[in-house]
Amino acid sequence: MAQQTLPMRRPVEFLSRVCGTTGLRIDIAAQNLILTNAATAIVFLLLGGIMGMLLGLTRWPEISLLSSVPDIYYRFLTAHGMNMLLYWIIFFEVAGLYFGCAIVLNARLVMPKLAWVAYGLMVIGAVMSNIVVFMGEASVMFSAYVPLKASPLFYLGTILFAVGALIAVILFFATVVVAKAEGRYKGSLPLVTFGLLTAAIIAVTTLLGGVLTYVPAFLWSLGLMNLDPEVYRLNFWSIGHPAQQINLAAMVSIWYFLAHITVGAKPLNEKLSRFAFVLYILFINLGSVHHLLVDPGISIPFKIFNTSYAMYLAVLGSMIHAFSIPGAIEAAQRIRGYTKGLFQWLIKAPWGDPGFSSMWISLVMFGFIGGTTGVVMGHEQINILHHNTMSIPGHLHSTVVGGTTIAFMGVTYYLIPLLARRRLVGAVLAKYQPYIYSFGLLFIIFGQMGAGALGVPRRIVDAFYEGAPIEVAFPALADTGLSIAGIGTIIASIGGAMFVGVAVLSLFFGKRIEEGKSILEKQPEPSISAEERHKVKVPGAFVLVFVFLVVFTLVWIGNMLWLGKVWPVN
Amino acid sequence: MPIHSPEKVWWKPIGRQERIWFWVSFVFVIVMFISMPIWHLLADQNTPHLSYRVTPERFTAIVSEFTKRYQVGSENGIPIVHPPAGEIYLLARQYQWMPILELEKGKTYHLHVSSADVNHGFSIQPVNMNFQVVPGYDYVLEITPPDAGEFTILCNEFCGIGHHKMSGKLIVKE
Ligand code: HEM
Ligand SMILES: [Cu+2]
Ligand SMILES: [Cu+2]
Repeated sequence: MAQQTLPMRRPVEFLSRVCGTTGLRIDIAAQNLILTNAATAIVFLLLGGIMGMLLGLTRWPEISLLSSVPDIYYRFLTAHGMNMLLYWIIFFEVAGLYFGCAIVLNARLVMPKLAWVAYGLMVIGAVMSNIVVFMGEASVMFSAYVPLKASPLFYLGTILFAVGALIAVILFFATVVVAKAEGRYKGSLPLVTFGLLTAAIIAVTTLLGGVLTYVPAFLWSLGLMNLDPEVYRLNFWSIGHPAQQINLAAMVSIWYFLAHITVGAKPLNEKLSRFAFVLYILFINLGSVHHLLVDPGISIPFKIFNTSYAMYLAVLGSMIHAFSIPGAIEAAQRIRGYTKGLFQWLIKAPWGDPGFSSMWISLVMFGFIGGTTGVVMGHEQINILHHNTMSIPGHLHSTVVGGTTIAFMGVTYYLIPLLARRRLVGAVLAKYQPYIYSFGLLFIIFGQMGAGALGVPRRIVDAFYEGAPIEVAFPALADTGLSIAGIGTIIASIGGAMFVGVAVLSLFFGKRIEEGKSILEKQPEPSISAEERHKVKVPGAFVLVFVFLVVFTLVWIGNMLWLGKVWPVN
Repeated sequence: MPIHSPEKVWWKPIGRQERIWFWVSFVFVIVMFISMPIWHLLADQNTPHLSYRVTPERFTAIVSEFTKRYQVGSENGIPIVHPPAGEIYLLARQYQWMPILELEKGKTYHLHVSSADVNHGFSIQPVNMNFQVVPGYDYVLEITPPDAGEFTILCNEFCGIGHHKMSGKLIVKE
């Protein structure tokens, strides 16, 4: 690893140590904040995961765990959405942001006290909402569509959480600016920080929007103002969707980070990778109406403009990364000597390293399943076939779990030795965890999508329609789909428990790593000049992206043909 | 290196493979974009563009008027109506679809759907077509059922504790 030159001027001293692995200077205050936020995230992942398991066991028709208590199911479903989508992911992202500014830039985190205030607000908000949800005062799902009413404390909790997160994001910007002023790094921002910067920019607009969406909802729940249901939906998704783009930008940054630390990959072309991140900022904030494609009150041109013109240019950004990252890995591996055939570089990759396997699994699941189904289900007319069916959870588990969650888990396996300086307890478990978790997840994803394609609704305790005014029967295959998802639930729950177990035990009981010692056994890459690296060809990654394009096209064409068969509607 | 500042070469021209992939992707997303307006012009399944503002009270009144006028029977206490082609109405409310519509195959109807209380999801099965039902908005779906038979209408937007019991029916006669 290249030796980092120390900054020339050091206007403000801070307590730090030197990382034995990367040579980076680590601000102790930032280190503690990162570890605390990440550990808190994992607590919420555990809570949300237990909920997920109970939901999955309920929707498995042969088990129907909570069928007799639908009220409890809807509480848990709301809790699952909130704890996973908001708390697990955003606490982890705050940790990631602090890492990307303070640690990667060799800098100090500005105003660590304020960072603790932000943390406190987020915890209070999250705990408050959770309590209200578990008490049954807010069974409205994370989307909380007005006029389905929750206790005012539910909205207040979310507002506090968003304000806390907003402060954290502002500290990220401040740290980047101060780091530059204090000469902590030279030249342009490193790519990982640049990617996180795009995440942070989207986060500011999103969190502000979140406050602007929830404050009216809060006032409305107190009876102080009126709120139009469709206006709420529009507002909600104009933040709800960009929020997923924060996850996307953060996840892609982590891919670059993990690809680098595990196989020494460097971006093929920094210019192009940065351009792709910029596309996210420019276009994704608009791409929110694909949640409202079959809603009344929104014009067709706006629907098309918003989903396609705006969203598809962000999709272009993702397609660029889809080549850049495998390409960077391939180049690094070829330089190391794995040059045989198209795919020796991939076969000889460090599959036993959970950082690498998580990164690759996340990339493939997000790209091949999440990306393709997301874009296709978000197609204006195709959405008629999928809106609010079980296919939607199928899709979102492939993006936000297969992609984001698995990437976050993978980077945790490195954060613990790098920042907490502890070895993993149960490294063998960690080695198999990404495979077990993602294997179960595949069952969940395809089971849910299959049931959804046969019409099974989402957000429903069971699909038996017992006691309903009109009897309902789904094709037998729909039950098979739900059962497959049920089997997946068990496998993924085991994988999830393995992750939480390894992470928590390692944080507290892992063997101490000596000061200044590298955690990497082998030196990742023979030195080679930047000029030479630039010339390495990556035919394997090139073939992979075209395979991806074929899958994408098939998913799309398949859906269009299916659409052509349903009832004419206009 | 992604965690270090970029090296000098980063402004070098983009490699051939990357350029090819970029332009292929670009064309792909543009084709995807164009497919939406084109589908509007050439195909029959499009998201409905017509909707009106209506208060839940007014819509409920319209539906009960409509039901009285065309009722031909009832099932489990839910009225069955057989209206002529043209404007027809369906009300979603916790946790029922009102009334049961009896339509004729191949005729074109303007189906007005709205809600008396919260958001609901209009989902015709097993055709599997899905639309959002929002209180305060009268959403007009122009439909032409091509097959005869009995179809169920489910609610697929969470609407409260009885959400999983909210079913209705649509009958299409030859
Ligand atoms: C063991 C792992 C998991 C299992 C078994 C699981 C299972 C489920 C089930 C059964 C549903 C509800 C389907 C319905 O009735 O609509 C659901 C919804 C959902 N899940 Fe998961 N899940 C898991 C992990 C996750 C993770 C890690 C995340 C996010 C990071 C996540 C995010 C969501 C979201 C956002 C919803 C939608 C909630 C809603 O409709 O309001 N899940 N999950
Ligand atoms: Cu309903
Ligand atoms: Cu419902």
